[in-house]
Formats: sequence, C-alpha cells, structure tokens
Amino acid sequence: MEASRHWRLKQERYTLMGEICPHCEEKIFPPRDICPACGENARNLYKYSGRGEVYSFTTVYQAPAGYEENAPYTIALVRLEEGPMLTAQLTDLGDETVEIGMPVEMVTRKLRSDGERGMLVYGYKFRPQLARTISA
Amino acid sequence: MTDHKVPPILKPIRDVGIVGYGAYIPRYRLPASEVARIWKAGSGGLLIEEKAVSGLDEDVITMSIEAARNALARAEIDPSEIRAVWVGSESHPYAVKPTSTVVAEAIGATPHTQAADWEFACKAGTEAIQAAIGFVGSEMARFALAIGMDTAQARPGDPLEYTAGAGGAAFLLGPAEISLATIESSYSFATDTPDFFRRANEKYPEHGERFTGEPSYFKHITSAAQALMQAIEASPSDYQHVVFHQPNTKFPQRVGRALGFKPEQIETGLLVPLIGNTYAGSALVGLTAVLDVAEPGDRILLVSYGSGAGSDAISLRATELLPERHNLAPQTQDYIARRTEIDYATYARFRGKLTMK
Ligand SMILES: [Zn+2]
Repeated sequence: MEASRHWRLKQERYTLMGEICPHCEEKIFPPRDICPACGENARNLYKYSGRGEVYSFTTVYQAPAGYEENAPYTIALVRLEEGPMLTAQLTDLGDETVEIGMPVEMVTRKLRSDGERGMLVYGYKFRPQLARTISA
Repeated sequence: MTDHKVPPILKPIRDVGIVGYGAYIPRYRLPASEVARIWKAGSGGLLIEEKAVSGLDEDVITMSIEAARNALARAEIDPSEIRAVWVGSESHPYAVKPTSTVVAEAIGATPHTQAADWEFACKAGTEAIQAAIGFVGSEMARFALAIGMDTAQARPGDPLEYTAGAGGAAFLLGPAEISLATIESSYSFATDTPDFFRRANEKYPEHGERFTGEPSYFKHITSAAQALMQAIEASPSDYQHVVFHQPNTKFPQRVGRALGFKPEQIETGLLVPLIGNTYAGSALVGLTAVLDVAEPGDRILLVSYGSGAGSDAISLRATELLPERHNLAPQTQDYIARRTEIDYATYARFRGKLTMK
C-alpha cells in the first residue's frame, strides 16, 4: 500500500478525515475517492468537526470476537453535522439513556485488542456531548 | 563538586511559554468509602473523597489524544508545525511500542516530528515539559507537545487503591510571544531514593514504607521549590497559585505550609480529593485547573514529584493571551463535573481485575 493511502486510512479512523468533492462540494465519509453525488473524482481531504446526533441505535449483547470485553454496548447510526452518516459505537454513556437526536461528539478510543499479546486497535467512537459551563 | 551559591536553574536561550493546554479526566468515580467497604477498613480518615477511573475502552493513548486535542484547540496552530510529541506515564499501554506515535498520528503531527515516551514515576510529565522547553528554547523546534497522563494501578487492598486515579494534561510549548503563560525559569532536583518502584513484568508497584514521605516527597519538593525561588529571587507571596504533586490531600497541603504558602494559593490546583492521584498527570492536571481561572500577570509555581526520586519546579506567568483561550476547549472543572459513580465490582471490571479466560 502506498504510504499516503496508509496515512489516509489512519486519519480516517483516528480523526474522521473524509473527503469533499471539488466539483459539487458533497462531503464524503468514509473516503471513497469518487463522489457519490456527481460521479467525479473527489480526493480533497476534509476533516469533520466530530459533532453529530444519534439517528438510530441498537444494543449488542452477543459481541463478535475481539469485542467481548465491552459487551453489552450500543451501536449507533450517527449523522454528522456536515451531513454524512456513519456507524459507530457509543461510549461514556454512564447512566444516560440513549435517545434519537441525542447530540454526540467523536472521541478516539480502543476498539479492540487481539488478546493479551496482540495489537491494540484505536479508532473513532461517539459519546454524549460534554456539558460545558461556559461554551466557546 | 562545584559549590553552587546560586542554585543552577534551567533557562533556555529563547523565551518559551505554554501556547495551549488541555486536560482529560475520565467519567467514572470510585468513592474511597466504597474501597473501605470492600476491605472492611472503616471510613474514618480517608485520604480523598473519590478517584477518577477510566472506562473499558480508555488508556493512556486515548486519554492523551483528548488532552492533546484540547491543547491544540486552545493553541490554534497547525499541528504539522509540532516537532516533538512526548508522553510521560507509568501506564503506557505497550511495554514496547511508543504511546507517542499513536498520539502524534491522531492529532495530525506526523510524520515530521520527534516522538518519545518518558518515564520517571509521577514526574514523567514535567520532565517532558522541561525537555520541550529546551527543544523550543534552543530553536530546534517552534512547537513541542508534552503530556503527563496515567491510569494508575494499585494492588487490590493496598492503601494506594484508595487514591490511584486516572487523568492528566497536555501542554504545547512554543515561543513566549504567542504564549498564554510564559516559563520564567525551571529547576530539577534528583537523588537515588528507593521509595516506590515496580519491576519489569510486575503488574503492581511496591512502596518502601521507610522511604515514603519525609526523605522522598517532602525533601525533594521543598528542595526544588526553594532552590528555584532563591535563584529567581521570588518568595511564596509573589505567587497567586502553587501546584504540587498530589498523592493525597494532606501531603500538598503540608508541604505548601512548610514552604510558606497559604491554603488559598493551593486550593484551585488541588484536585486530588475529587479525582485521586493521577501520577504523571497529577500536578499537570492541577495546573490546567489553575490556568482555567488565572488572570494576566498571575504567577504560578508548579512542583512535581516522582518516586525514585526527583522534583521539577517550574515558575510561570500568565499573559494577556490567556483569557481569550480559556473557553476554546473544555475546562478541567467540566470534566470533574461529568461524573458517574461506580461500585467496586464495576471498578474491578473496568480495571481488568477480573479474569475472563
Ligand atoms: Zn461531486
């Protein structure tokens, strides 16, 4: 894999780096290099704010291999404020109940570990937006 | 041996300051009374109220990333201008593979950057800051990022289990003229003192009772603070705030009193009662709480302590640029207010104390 492609995959997973179409300004996530709206080449990088809201969600009790430690956990369809929709795990819920329309923000977390000896895999999850006494 | 009439302080050629800072404290809290309940210890004379506990998907890497993002939000610089990402911790997720490269990648500082992990018990974060001061102060770099972060481990039932918490902070060092707080000077004091240690491949640390307290924490912090203040002709009354390493509530209060500081100078940065001892993050997260409220011209003294043993003392002064950057990222008190209490069983699960297979 060419180095720049590898870097882009990490940026996608760690920081929600996507693309924007130079022809029609469609914002694209995950990056796919071709604009789904107009079909033209779209390779311009675009960094999402990480803010969005829960569009739909479900709780996973029987986790696939590598994710058992976290079960049960909540998976959500999150609509980013810039438009695209993606699937991600919700985290830091504490005792909050998840609701459709709930404002969430991206955090980089441990997605899975391949046992005691394996590699740790990090990527994006979403959590309830942090309450701030004084907003920016 | 040279006889130093004036303590030899560490001062770079170019003036350096903090351009951005950011804290991180995880959501979960384990009350000390809950630890006492499990070990039938009674709840009189507990050293803190509760400690912060990281969630199942958190570690020093993920926590450092969030603190670093907060520091960058306040600094408003292009992360590709960062030439060093240094993370000090006792709980790096990997024994071999740097925390710092993942953090650097996640904040967009790669690939033109130095990256390294630092170790020196609880002062690994302040030594990363001192090295960053040198990196920027020598003009090798325009920006260097120093982080102190821990998810502290303690053996179940050990007195440390009441206080060993999770959290820390990130500081972006850069040229003084664009800083929200300038570094006036710093000083480092270290001796070979075996008060606390963990051998390779051991999960939990050991502490030598005989060396805890007087010959370690108090001696090193007092020596470092006094030497720095003597060298720059400052006295305790010149400072609006002072932040010490805080393994419990009493130690920083006592060392502060011994040095001649008043309780109100210590108060703002004393977070240990509510988040526990965050080891390499301890003094640094206290400094973020001070910077959140400090006003231009305020002087701040920071003194860390790391077992083994040493103290770094750093004298800072807030600039006119600080107030406008207060709210560009979450304040430390916002993280403290985000609080979900857990019981000991949940804590045991979160901290990997249950064997699943
Ligand atoms: Zn298009």
